[in-house]
Amino acid sequence: MELISPTEFAKQKVLAVQDYTLMTAQSVANLFRKPVYFADIIQQADLIGVGSLPIVILSGFFTGAVLAVQSANTLQRFGSITLIGQLVSLSMVRELGPVLTGLMVAGRNASGMASELGSMVVTEQIDAMRALGTDPMKKLVAPRVVATVFMLFFLTILSDLVGLAGGLFVSKILLNLDARQYWSNAWQSLVFQDVFMGLVKPVMFGFIIATVGCYYGMTARGGTQGVGRATTQAVVAASVLIVVVDLFVTQFLMNVLKYK
Amino acid sequence: MSAPTLPLNSAAAATREAAAHAIEFQDVHIEFEDHEVLRGVSFCLPFGETKALFGVAGSGKSTILKLALGLLKPDSGRILVLGKDVTETPEEDLFALRAKIGMVFQESALFDSLTVRENVAYRLIEEQGFADAVIEQRVLEALRFVELEHTIDKFPSELSGGMRRRVAIARAIITQPEVILYDSPTGGLDPITSNTIIELIMKQRDVYHTSSLLVSHRLQDAFVMATHQFDQRTNQMRALPRGQFCDVLMSFLMLRDGKVIFDGDVRQLAHSKDEYIKEYIS
Repeated sequence: MELISPTEFAKQKVLAVQDYTLMTAQSVANLFRKPVYFADIIQQADLIGVGSLPIVILSGFFTGAVLAVQSANTLQRFGSITLIGQLVSLSMVRELGPVLTGLMVAGRNASGMASELGSMVVTEQIDAMRALGTDPMKKLVAPRVVATVFMLFFLTILSDLVGLAGGLFVSKILLNLDARQYWSNAWQSLVFQDVFMGLVKPVMFGFIIATVGCYYGMTARGGTQGVGRATTQAVVAASVLIVVVDLFVTQFLMNVLKYK
Repeated sequence: MSAPTLPLNSAAAATREAAAHAIEFQDVHIEFEDHEVLRGVSFCLPFGETKALFGVAGSGKSTILKLALGLLKPDSGRILVLGKDVTETPEEDLFALRAKIGMVFQESALFDSLTVRENVAYRLIEEQGFADAVIEQRVLEALRFVELEHTIDKFPSELSGGMRRRVAIARAIITQPEVILYDSPTGGLDPITSNTIIELIMKQRDVYHTSSLLVSHRLQDAFVMATHQFDQRTNQMRALPRGQFCDVLMSFLMLRDGKVIFDGDVRQLAHSKDEYIKEYIS
């Protein structure tokens, strides 16, 4: 493997950030420019949203369930086992729902976007599209960004719901708690700030997943090996970005929403 | 081959009056990763003419086509296509110009998730405003031109290399562009299929008078184009008598080390004194 100088390495990274920023800015600007590819948006929403349903439901349900199992032990020691609904709902809605759904969708769709667009780049299909008078940023990137942001929002709501159902399952079947008490506890503990925070995050994560996936796809070089590399990098970058951005968004929203 | 009734572009005449040449390169330089591929390339492609580009692998032939389409930007120099400076024009404004240019890529570059019908109709669907029946008719005409009507519902992966190349030609000609760029259209194909494709390119030149740049590694293809003419009555190409080679609008351009070393017709090429050219064509 060829070694490159630290200066060259730093230059490459700065250039990559610059290219990514330009691409994201362009993808946002394209939302307000004609033509808008509605059919492609619907198709992507189906692929990304409906296609991700099984993994989001499964991961959401079992996360809620394991959260209830883990916290039951601690809560029991303090005689607060009845608060299990509150703990599961706050954890799922504020944090685990958006982040886990984001990571699941990133694993499935950022890789899909990178490999699909990367294959199109290396087989000159992107050049052909430009040659045929179509802007690939509008035709390929913008619909993916819109569809991912839109669908991740609803997938997260669904994940929160099935996560609560998972917690209920453990509370009722394993811990013999009252289901009505669990639900009322889970429901009443949520305030506007919790729901708002839980719904802002998927919008940002959806944007990250789509733009990172598309960026690595559109910049893929070096044949099938390059496409494979782009796919892996897209999943890694999108997942890490989601976790990092989550911390800053949480802190920012806590300050803005004046959490006590 | 039956001649289709592809609609003639009425805007073409206006463009021909406004612009001096279909394509004009003026002292174009471009380098990739410290390697200068083109070093001051200048040439003109008159309207209605087909210019064959030759040179060894990596000499910048495909780069010239991508520059003409505005897919790449030169480091310096000017490129005028249909009178418009593509080096100065932003990408957003180039899409309108590209609608007047057809391109046949080296590996066809068909959209593998679309059927042959959708690939060929792509430009018409994107332009919008065409009724489905009109699109269907135009697709059939274009596919008839390349004799591939029966493949209309197939996917590119179900076609042979030669068939994919012919579908790519159908996709390029469906809107009757004013300029067509062919990137090694016969590369890697058997002689019979190559001949069919050369005949199609010749037909486009002689029947529709489309200006084109043809990148090729096969010198014999370009010589066939320079010494034959498409006969509409018989729907076949026919050899021209020796004295009439200059009747067809065909020229040759040869690149070496990023520079143009020859730009002329078949006679001038055959009588060139340059040792490199002599060796190349021998």
